[in-house]
Amino acid sequence: MSTSTDETAQSAADPAGIAGAAIRAGDRTFLGLSRGAGILVLAVMAAIAAFLIWQAIPSLQANSANFLTEQAWLPDQTPSVFGIAVLAVGTLVTAVIAMLIAVPIGFGIALFIAYYARPKFGKALGFIVDLLAAVPSIIFGLWGLYNFMPAVTSFAQWLSEYLGWIPIFANDKQLWTKSLLMAGLVLAIMVLPTISAISREVFLQVPRTHIEASLALGATRWEMIKMAVFPFSRPGMISAAMLGLGRALGETIAVALILSAVFEVNLHITEPGGNSFAANIALKWGEAGEVGRSALIASGLVLFLITLAVNMIARWIIARRKEFSGAS
Amino acid sequence: MSVVEVQEVEAAGHLTGRRLPKWGTPTLAGGALLIGLLVQLTGWTVIGLAPGVVAAVVFLLGQAIASLVVEGRRHAKDRIATTLIYATFVVALTPLLWILLTVLAKGLSVFNWTFFTSTMRNVSPRQPGGGILHAFLGTLEQVGIATLVSVPVGILAAIYLVEFGKGRLKFWISFFVDVMTGVPSIVAGLFIYTALILTGILQQSGFAAALALCILMIPVVIRSSEEMLKIVPNDLREAALALGVPKWKVILRIVVPTAISGLITGAMLAVARVAGETAPLLLTTFLAQDINLNAFNGSQTSLPTFIWDQISRGTAASVNRAWGAALALILFILIIYAAARILAARFAPKSR
Repeated sequence: MSTSTDETAQSAADPAGIAGAAIRAGDRTFLGLSRGAGILVLAVMAAIAAFLIWQAIPSLQANSANFLTEQAWLPDQTPSVFGIAVLAVGTLVTAVIAMLIAVPIGFGIALFIAYYARPKFGKALGFIVDLLAAVPSIIFGLWGLYNFMPAVTSFAQWLSEYLGWIPIFANDKQLWTKSLLMAGLVLAIMVLPTISAISREVFLQVPRTHIEASLALGATRWEMIKMAVFPFSRPGMISAAMLGLGRALGETIAVALILSAVFEVNLHITEPGGNSFAANIALKWGEAGEVGRSALIASGLVLFLITLAVNMIARWIIARRKEFSGAS
Repeated sequence: MSVVEVQEVEAAGHLTGRRLPKWGTPTLAGGALLIGLLVQLTGWTVIGLAPGVVAAVVFLLGQAIASLVVEGRRHAKDRIATTLIYATFVVALTPLLWILLTVLAKGLSVFNWTFFTSTMRNVSPRQPGGGILHAFLGTLEQVGIATLVSVPVGILAAIYLVEFGKGRLKFWISFFVDVMTGVPSIVAGLFIYTALILTGILQQSGFAAALALCILMIPVVIRSSEEMLKIVPNDLREAALALGVPKWKVILRIVVPTAISGLITGAMLAVARVAGETAPLLLTTFLAQDINLNAFNGSQTSLPTFIWDQISRGTAASVNRAWGAALALILFILIIYAAARILAARFAPKSR
């Protein structure tokens, strides 16, 4: 459909055929190349889904347990037994912890940069926050394992001591490291730049007139933010949070280094244990046999579909907002 | 504000209501710090909270109450919000400085000439020494191949989106470019493994790793190139087209050269982004302890996988090497990042 529109446009631009055939051939080659590169993106996305499904099937057929509810991960044993219950719970819990911390702080940073800091200072701060995004996840893992975790153990102890009556904070093992909480905290730091960078862009798009109008009516700065900024940027803030969520769900190496991989659903988030889709693939890959790898691919497929859904919803919200607000 | 209140304010000769004096906030902060210090010195704790946390809570509550009494509810809320927003910023800076300083301190302690000029050949995990030369060369080669593939594809796709694209195809490509930026890196590795290694097209090799990096890099290049091409003024295109220059020549001779520095910057930022990726490489290559310049055959280590390998060995010497390699990796990324920013600042096409 779009092929025909493009070509009509081409001939419309040159109705009298003044340009020679060679020139049009050049245009056509170039259009073909560049469109091909664009279509490649669609093809790759489709191919990722297709190949993962294809390679996941053998293990799913061999699996003698329920793929969704089984807690053990023994795909290479006969009969093969594995399920994603532990992975799904671990991924979800760490992502929720990360979101609970990173979303308010990320918005706070974005507000600070957009409305509290002086413009030049704000720009420098934005650059610094972007730097945080450039730190590779393996370094977050290294730092998390050897520096961050020992330093925040006392926080986990405090949680279990004073809030232990809330079941998720209870700690019967008297061990506080390598837990879902630790992984969630490190993930929070890792997704912070994503959330703050996108929401900063959104905040900066709020029309100046809205802001000045509310300030002129006597609103305090916070009232201005609440009444002029938030209503305008709500869709952008939601999608910033969802893109951060996508990153938290798919993070591999940092989580793999921090969690002590245990195949047991344990909702006591301060105790060692837990696992996530991505971390499990990285940790189990080397030792996995044929069915084992296929099982890991199956879990990767689930991860891919979840992040795909999260990202598509986030992007859809942004795209829809663009149409309505006319912001570019 | 009621009429009476307005009259009172006007009678006092002020346009605004009563505000906290300028010295109010610093005094409160000082007081809160003193209380924090007291907690620290006496060891007396409130439900086990650390002295710093106590000081922060005292400051927040003290300011809110003072503001509530003097200025009223609206200003009290505003002050709480302001304090919290400033606090988020401190919270965000802390981990960044913490990571950078830790990596710097621990990395520098292992940096020496042999660390950069030797490999891990014949170095046992427990033994100090050895180096990252093989890993650094591996990173250069893998990231280099990924760049050579991703940048042309990415820029071409961006040209399609900006110069040719129309209708639904443009929408879907643009949409999926954004979605593709969110593909988890481990999934990129799984894809290359299933599509190219299991099918026997490639072996587990540096080249397979580079292709996995491409999956992560292409959408980033497309997005940044698209932004750059968009700010090339339309006048330039129209002027050239009006002179009868064919469209492909307009793009190659006018649009791309105008945006070239931005395109390079975008490509370099994409390089910086994938240079630290670990997960996809673990699925697509094996780790080597020595230099292997052949990306198509045999195992090849890169800086991130070197760090992973050294951490997993877990000895004091190997963890030290991991810190050294981490510093080398951060420096490598920062240099690319800074170069890209300088280039962008100096040669950015002037948007009007």
